Amino acid sequence: MNLDFDLAAEQPKLVQLLLGVVAFCAVVAVLLLALDRAPMRQRARLHAAILLAPALILLAIGLVVPAARTTLLSFMSGDGTAWVGLDNYVWMFTQPEAVTVLRTTLIWVALVPVLVTAVGLLYAVLVDRTRFESLAKSLVFLPMAISFVGAGIIWKFVYAYRPEESDQIGLLNQIVVAFGGTPRQWLLEPPLNTLFLIAVMVWIQAGFATVVLSAAIKGIPAEIVEAARLDGASPVQMFFRVTLPSIRSAVLVVLVTQSIGTLKLFDIVRTMTGGQFDTSVIANEMYNQAFRYGETGKGAALAVFLFVLVTPIVVYQIRQRREAVR
Amino acid sequence: MTTVPSTVTVVRPGAAGAARRVRRSLTSRTASAVAIVIAVLWTTPTFGLFLSSLRPEDQIKGTGWWTFFSAPELTLENYREVLFSTSSSSGQMAGFLINSIVITVPSVLFPLAFAAFAAYALAWVPFRGRNWVYIGIFALQVVPLQMALVPLLSFFSEGVSVFGVQITPAWELEGPARFAQVWFAHTCFALPLGVFLLHNFMSELPGELMEAARVDGATHGVIFRRLVLPLVVPALATFGIFQFLWVWNDLLVGLIFAGGTSETAPMTVRLAQMAGTKGNEWQRLTAGAFVSVTVPLIVFLSMQRYFVRGLLAGSVKG
Repeated sequence: MNLDFDLAAEQPKLVQLLLGVVAFCAVVAVLLLALDRAPMRQRARLHAAILLAPALILLAIGLVVPAARTTLLSFMSGDGTAWVGLDNYVWMFTQPEAVTVLRTTLIWVALVPVLVTAVGLLYAVLVDRTRFESLAKSLVFLPMAISFVGAGIIWKFVYAYRPEESDQIGLLNQIVVAFGGTPRQWLLEPPLNTLFLIAVMVWIQAGFATVVLSAAIKGIPAEIVEAARLDGASPVQMFFRVTLPSIRSAVLVVLVTQSIGTLKLFDIVRTMTGGQFDTSVIANEMYNQAFRYGETGKGAALAVFLFVLVTPIVVYQIRQRREAVR
Repeated sequence: MTTVPSTVTVVRPGAAGAARRVRRSLTSRTASAVAIVIAVLWTTPTFGLFLSSLRPEDQIKGTGWWTFFSAPELTLENYREVLFSTSSSSGQMAGFLINSIVITVPSVLFPLAFAAFAAYALAWVPFRGRNWVYIGIFALQVVPLQMALVPLLSFFSEGVSVFGVQITPAWELEGPARFAQVWFAHTCFALPLGVFLLHNFMSELPGELMEAARVDGATHGVIFRRLVLPLVVPALATFGIFQFLWVWNDLLVGLIFAGGTSETAPMTVRLAQMAGTKGNEWQRLTAGAFVSVTVPLIVFLSMQRYFVRGLLAGSVKG
C-alpha cells in the first residue's frame, strides 16, 4: 500500500484559505473604516447603505436573481434555448417516473414529521424528571450533529446484506436471521425501501423534537400539573389532558420545521440509494435532472414546485416565530 | 387551562391506594423500559459503525461487529489507509478533510460578519424604507436553495449576459480558486436566516444605551464595535455553530460548487461517492464516516448550550 500522503501538495489549499481569511479581514476593515469616515451628521441613509451593502448585494446575486431565472428556466427546454410553455410541468405531473418521485415525496412528508414528533414527544415525556434525563436526552440528540451523509452510511451498514449461507454483517438482517427469517436486500425493494430511508431521517431528527418538546414540557406551570395529580389523573390522562394541550404550539413548531426539512431532503436518498429503486424525491430528482442529465428545464420546474410547496409552510412558521419573539 | 379533570377523587388509604401504587410502579417500569429501548436504538447504529471502523478488513467484511466481543481484535489500519493512502481506490480522506476545513472557515466567517452588519443597520440605524428592506430579507427565507443552484453555477461558469451583452465575465475558477465560489454560495444561502436571528437579538438591546452612546458622540462604527458586538456574543455563537454544522455537513452545495475531485470537494461529497461506487468497502466507509463525524461532534458537545438555545429560538435552516 502506498502511504506517502503529501502534505506539500495540500499547500495551495491552505494558501487559498489564508487568502479567504485575509479577504474577510480586508472587507470588514474597509466597511468599518468607511463607517467611521462617514460623519455622524450625514443622513443615516449613508451609514445604512454601508452596513447593508454586502448582505444586499450577495442576496441579489445569490438568491433573488437566480430564483427569478430558475422560474424562467422552468418554461424553457433542457438546454435553455427555446420556450416550451408548460411542458416541463406537464412532464412532472404525467410521466410515470416523475409521478413516482412526487408520490415518494408525499410519503416522506406524510410520515417523517408525525413520526419524529411522536418519538420525540414519547421520549421527552418518559425521561422527564428522571435521574438520567440530561444524559438520556444527549444520547438521542447526538445524531443531530452528524451529517446526513454520515447517518446514511451508518444505516446502510445496519441494512447491509449478505447471502443466506454466509454470516450477516448488517444488524437488521442478523436480527431477522436470528428469528429464523431469510436476509433481504432492504434498500432494493420498493415500496418498503422508502420506509427504511425514512427511518434514518426519523433517527436524525428525533433529538430535535425531544429537545424542543422537553423544554415546552418544563414550561408547563407546576400548579396545573399538581392540580391534575391531586385530582388523581392517571399518567395517560395526564398526558392527553394536561401535557399535550399545554405544549400544542411547540408540537406545531416541530411538525412545521420537519415538513420543510423533509420536502428539501436530498442527502439521505443520494447517499443510500442514489434515488434508484423508486426512492427518488423532488430535491434529488431536481439535482439529477439539472446537473446529471442536463435537463435544466425539468430541474427548474421541480425546484419551482418545491418552492410552491414550501412557501405556505414557511410563511406559517415565520408567523409563529414572530409571535414567539414578541 | 380548563382541561384538568374536574372530578375530585379522595385518595383513601388501604386496598385502592396499594393497587394504585402497584400500577404506578408498573407504568413507571414500562416507561423506563420504553425509554431504554429508544436510547439503545438511537446509539447502537453509531456504536456499531465506530467499533467496525476499528476492526481488521477481513473481519468487517466477514462477520458482524457484535462478534467482536467473543474475539476482540482492534486496529487503526483502516484509518491509516482511508486518510493517508494515495492509491486512488482508497479514500484519500486527508485531502478531503483539508478541503472541508478550507470550505468551512470562511463560509462561517463571512455570513457572520455580513449578517451582523445588516442586522445592526436594520435594528439601530433609522432610515427611510427600513421596514421594507427588513421584510424583503425576511421573506427570502422562503426560497429553497434549489431555486438558486442552476443560475448561480452559471454565474460562475458562464457569466451573466442579457440579450447577448456580456455583463459579467465567466469566472472560470480552477483549482483552489474554486473554493471561493463555494464560500460565496454558502454565504448567500446563510444570510436570510442569519440576519433574522441577529436582528431579533440586537433589536432587544436597550435603546437608552444606544441613545447615551450617540449623545456622547459615538459613531455607528464605534457603537457597533464597542457596544453591540460584545453584547450579542451569545447570538453570534449560536448562529456560528449552526452555520458551522450546516456547512460541514452539507452535501448539495459542495457537490455542485466544489465539484467531485480531491482538489476542492469536501468530505461529505467523497463519502457519498464511496457509498455509491465502493459500497462494500466497509473498512474505508466506516473509518471515513467516523472521521467526518468526529469534528462536528466535538464542536457540538463543547457548544451544546448555544446549540440548544438556538434550536429553541427557531434557528433551523429550512
